[in-house]
Amino acid sequence: MKLFYLTLLTLSSLLFSPISTYASEVNIDYSVQEVSSAIYYHQGVHQDANQQNIGAIANVSFIIGERCVAVIDSGGSYLEGQLLRKAIKLKTELPVCYVINSHVHPDHTFGNAAFKADKPIYIGHEKLAAAMRARQAYFARTFEQLLGAAYQGTEFIYPDKTVSVNKPLTLDLGNRAITITAYPTSHTDHDITVFDNSSKTLWTGDLLFSERTPVIDGSINGWIKITKQFLTMEIDTVIPGHGPATAHWQQEFYNQLRYLTVIREGVRAIIADLGTIEQASAVVGLEEQSQWELYEDYHRRNVTASFVELEWE
Amino acid sequence: MFSQTIKFIILSMMLSFLSTGVRAETPKEPLWPILKEIHFEGKTIREDANDLLVIEAPKRAEDAAIVPISVKSLVAQTADKYIKNIHIIIDNNPEPYSANFHLSPELGMIEISTRMRVDQYTFVRAIAEMNDGSLHMVSRFVKASGGCSAPAGKDAAAALARLGKMQIRMRKPTVGEPVQAQVIVSHPNYNGLQFDQKSRRYIDAHYVKNITIRYNDTSLIKVDTGISISEDPSIRFTFTPTVAGTLQADVMDSRDQSFSLNKNI
Repeated sequence: MKLFYLTLLTLSSLLFSPISTYASEVNIDYSVQEVSSAIYYHQGVHQDANQQNIGAIANVSFIIGERCVAVIDSGGSYLEGQLLRKAIKLKTELPVCYVINSHVHPDHTFGNAAFKADKPIYIGHEKLAAAMRARQAYFARTFEQLLGAAYQGTEFIYPDKTVSVNKPLTLDLGNRAITITAYPTSHTDHDITVFDNSSKTLWTGDLLFSERTPVIDGSINGWIKITKQFLTMEIDTVIPGHGPATAHWQQEFYNQLRYLTVIREGVRAIIADLGTIEQASAVVGLEEQSQWELYEDYHRRNVTASFVELEWE
Repeated sequence: MFSQTIKFIILSMMLSFLSTGVRAETPKEPLWPILKEIHFEGKTIREDANDLLVIEAPKRAEDAAIVPISVKSLVAQTADKYIKNIHIIIDNNPEPYSANFHLSPELGMIEISTRMRVDQYTFVRAIAEMNDGSLHMVSRFVKASGGCSAPAGKDAAAALARLGKMQIRMRKPTVGEPVQAQVIVSHPNYNGLQFDQKSRRYIDAHYVKNITIRYNDTSLIKVDTGISISEDPSIRFTFTPTVAGTLQADVMDSRDQSFSLNKNI
């Protein structure tokens, strides 16, 4: 009875608070698609995080073994983490034993706390903890505002187990082995990928953007190098950080490679001509505009980031 | 002394307001009247001095931690009449007084640019102080937020590895012709507002304090900088070499580390 009143009180206070979308959010239609046997994902929308989309803008995923479940990126808010957990419980009774974060960005880590009750092992790149420490205060302040009620409950959970560059880690989910690989600076300075050895499915995290404008928060040179490396791999299906899971993954890597190369060559030419950031962001990569979602929001920032990197070549 | 104390109190109040308030929001009360009183006490500043100076800044910054800002003069520097200082003020930054360019009459025309951090929507002001002491201001409103509190650096290891590395970039100059040059120093320019969760404290401020640019021992530009300047501080300027010689850039940071580079022309 007491609980009922408490719920009523909470609901009414929410109804009369400016965050009026919360009621619809809790009934949000959150579905997962099966990519291949026992691999599911929820595709994020191509938007920036807000109260309506509860931060569910990146792909989040899980893979079920015979012993337990691994979550690969936990969602863009505590609320998305809860919805993902609910979706997992509908598919299996097996426990979640691993929560793997491809990198620190909020759309990939903010659901971490929703899995605490499962006592999973949280896994990330050896530099994930440092990246999280440096960004935590900034992310908390910014995303509490952007996400409103969906943010409530979000915690910054640091990896229990880390993966180093050149030292892949293999985990067994019960007759199902997955391999986690860490990379040098590319999309960020702490990206990892997950590979399911039996189905040859690769989760790239944000090392691959499909449809949505790639965001450079690491090194354009590093990212070009790694994008090329992926092209030589033997993979059946790719689940990118953003955009649909696909068997035609090579085309997606080629698209990203083309975009990054257009920026790099354009910026290099302007630097060589003693040009400025303003000149570079006015002209470089305009031909890519029709190819990418959210181009207006991210493209010129990418040019700026590349400029300050490439002027030290 | 009394007025200094008052100023300090006002400034402290402002800073505490800035650090506890929501950074993305512009303060409701304009800070400029207070800033003017602190930095130009009792002086008259001619506003909208568009006949003397042009300030350029993006209306909406792409990256709040790297906001290009440039200032040009429309009147040539002469020995009799020249701009002695250009003060840059970013009203709503944690440290609004962002830079002071001390300029030589030898520069000819003023055409300088740098990259700033912008923490909230704000006016960016350039105030020219003439050799006769008169003050002339131009300003621009810039929409950007988070440039000061945003975490430093995309690749911390790479940034640290090249700390203090410098470049002087310019085209092959012709004696007697104006030439554009850029001095850039690799430096994290930690502003003391970036929080480290492990140590539970803010990363100590460690920033470039000043950059001096000379040509054959004549000082062209000396700029006092601070925490509003972006990582890897960059100064672009135009000057006219009248004879062959050496362009020299000296950088001093807040830990009294110094870095130098020169280039023969």
